[in-house]
Amino acid sequence: MRLSDCIPGKKAKVIDLMVNPTYKKRILDLGMLPGTEVQIVRKAPFGGPIVVQLRGYQVSIRMTEAKNIEIESVS
Amino acid sequence: MNKSLALVGNPNAGKTSLFNILTGTRQYVGNWPGVTVEKKEGLIKKLPEYVLVDLPGIYSLSAQSLEEQLAVTYLLKESPHTLINIVDASNLERNLYLSVQLLEMGLPSVICLNMMDIAKDRGLQIDIPALAKILGAVVVPMVARKANGHDKLIDLLREGVQNATLTVPYPTEVEAAIRDLDTLLASSPWNFRTSRRWLALMWLEGNETVEEILRHQLPAELIQQMEAVRAAYPAAIEHRIRNARYDFIEKIICEVTQQSQNPAGRTWSDRIDSLLLHPVLGIPIFLGFMYLIFQITFSWIGTSLSDQLDEWISGPLTDWLKAGLTAMSSPDWFTQLMTDGVLAGVGSVLVFLPQIGILFFCLSFLEDSGYMARAAVLMDRFMSMIGLNGKAFIPLILGFGCNVPAIMATRTLEDPKSRLITALISPFMSCSARLSVYSLFVAAFFKHGGAAVVFTLYVTGIVVAILTAFLLKKFVHAEEGTFLLEIPPYRAPMLKSLFLHTWDKAKGFVRKAGTIIFGMSVLIWFLGHFSWHGFAPIEHSWLAAIGGLIAPLFAPLGFATWQAGVSLVTGFLAKEVVVSTMSIVYGAGDDGKLGDLLHHTFTQPVALAFLFFVLLYTPCVSTVVMMWRETGSSKWTLISVGYSVAIAWVVAFVVYHISQLIF
Repeated sequence: MRLSDCIPGKKAKVIDLMVNPTYKKRILDLGMLPGTEVQIVRKAPFGGPIVVQLRGYQVSIRMTEAKNIEIESVS
Repeated sequence: MNKSLALVGNPNAGKTSLFNILTGTRQYVGNWPGVTVEKKEGLIKKLPEYVLVDLPGIYSLSAQSLEEQLAVTYLLKESPHTLINIVDASNLERNLYLSVQLLEMGLPSVICLNMMDIAKDRGLQIDIPALAKILGAVVVPMVARKANGHDKLIDLLREGVQNATLTVPYPTEVEAAIRDLDTLLASSPWNFRTSRRWLALMWLEGNETVEEILRHQLPAELIQQMEAVRAAYPAAIEHRIRNARYDFIEKIICEVTQQSQNPAGRTWSDRIDSLLLHPVLGIPIFLGFMYLIFQITFSWIGTSLSDQLDEWISGPLTDWLKAGLTAMSSPDWFTQLMTDGVLAGVGSVLVFLPQIGILFFCLSFLEDSGYMARAAVLMDRFMSMIGLNGKAFIPLILGFGCNVPAIMATRTLEDPKSRLITALISPFMSCSARLSVYSLFVAAFFKHGGAAVVFTLYVTGIVVAILTAFLLKKFVHAEEGTFLLEIPPYRAPMLKSLFLHTWDKAKGFVRKAGTIIFGMSVLIWFLGHFSWHGFAPIEHSWLAAIGGLIAPLFAPLGFATWQAGVSLVTGFLAKEVVVSTMSIVYGAGDDGKLGDLLHHTFTQPVALAFLFFVLLYTPCVSTVVMMWRETGSSKWTLISVGYSVAIAWVVAFVVYHISQLIF
């Protein structure tokens, strides 16, 4: 499952980040590592950026990247 | 030489608040060497031997945008005496990532645990002594916004701070690589102030800034050996280092914090966002805010204050000046120069001070409250259509205040080509200086629906910027860069910092009135009163000749008068000068208001065309210089100047002809 498919409010765990190296460095620095618990807070219509909550704060990323972030849902 | 204190921290961690509290008004703005990014420095009253340097906010030491690179380069090259690391206690986990990296550097460091009040409100308890023990550094709890806790920081700094000694445990093979590199570095002739272990780590992580400095400082042979060490380990070693750091931080969080309430509940910030970032309502609300700002600046508060100021300047102040000059028995021409030249010119611009102050106040409010980040999210989809990133929207909004900081703010973007495009389109954002021209004309010609006219002007500026970006996309292949933007919780802006910011901008405006506008007023008065034959009526003066020379260019736009021509030429120095020039050329000194005098040569359609021309034509000389410095390209700067005049002419032409049908 990809982060882009996640329903707002549901919790998930990051499995793999299949994004370009520069982006990966940055998102890892911001604390989104494999194993980190994330939650989509809100999605914009027409494929606008999504807001993701992790480690107690919120960050906005684009759908293009969210589509390349592999997750598994956590009950 | 003063010893330097570097203020480092994540964006939104409260750096500016702490900086303001520590330095008060003893701060000054310079530039970072070689670039135009503002470098804020300040003196602390109780610590006279130090100078405090405010670094751009960073999330980690692996820098990508230019601002981040500056911060990291400063830490490495200037090697500050002590690091003051400000940490947001309510967002401890991510903030500690930078702290850990900084502490690993091994420089003397203090940690300021800011926003203790917010952390407490969220039910987060932090065992500060335990945290200090694990990190091996002093931790000072504080609420910078409420000026709480900084006295202790000053005491600590006065006593002197120990070098940081934090050692994060890394996986075995990382540790082995660190050892190898440490041995190599120990043999080097260069004397490090930072810890060798930290340099080794940065080398393994592939930190570009550190790598560049090492390559510069160390013999090539040693660099080769270091490269061999790095190559011997799997490529993912940098990720393992990051993982280990976050593992270490998770452990710290576990040990030193206690969450008493259920944090899953929606915070009030989330509730606000569900409205302001609403899928459908978000953008209309954003536009609503913009409109509201124009109403406040324009209709509700700004204009009435401006009117009062205007009455005072053209009434009592002019009378006093005249009386004073007569008492000193000054010659007639000098009295005229002072009243009809200087006071009319400078005064006509100064009356817009309230409106400009209010506009900056509103923009600072949006920025400090955290709404700007939301605006970037809302606009990202839209910005990506013109090949830009939502983040590029923030410099554009700042352009409403002044185009110069807008161009400077493009430094926060990662991709150099997006920076170029954003810098090139930002002058179309209608700056507050142009507002003075709008105010004048709207008051004279559009008594009803003035705010709507001004709003249309602003929107037109945005539309032209967008179309220009579209056009540029064909010639400049910009990458959109990474859109990864923190959404900070909403915060009630601190009144003191709003006023400080507004005061700062207002001061700049007054200074401009006192220098450039003063000088121009004197010059225009002379040009307007003399010709080759000496003292002459204004219609036969040099000024009329200059204006008349270019006036035919504007005939298709409806304002082919020499007065309009001259004001547009002088407007290149600063857009406010358009107003002061008109005030002088129409002789709006003590008798009669400038607005009424304009009715002789302008009609409603002509006034509209003139306003659109002023909106779009070449921005002021400071903006052009800034653009030249930032883009580093004379070619693009010249293109921008030529293009904006052309587009202004075309748009004004269309507006003139359409509005003739309407009015």
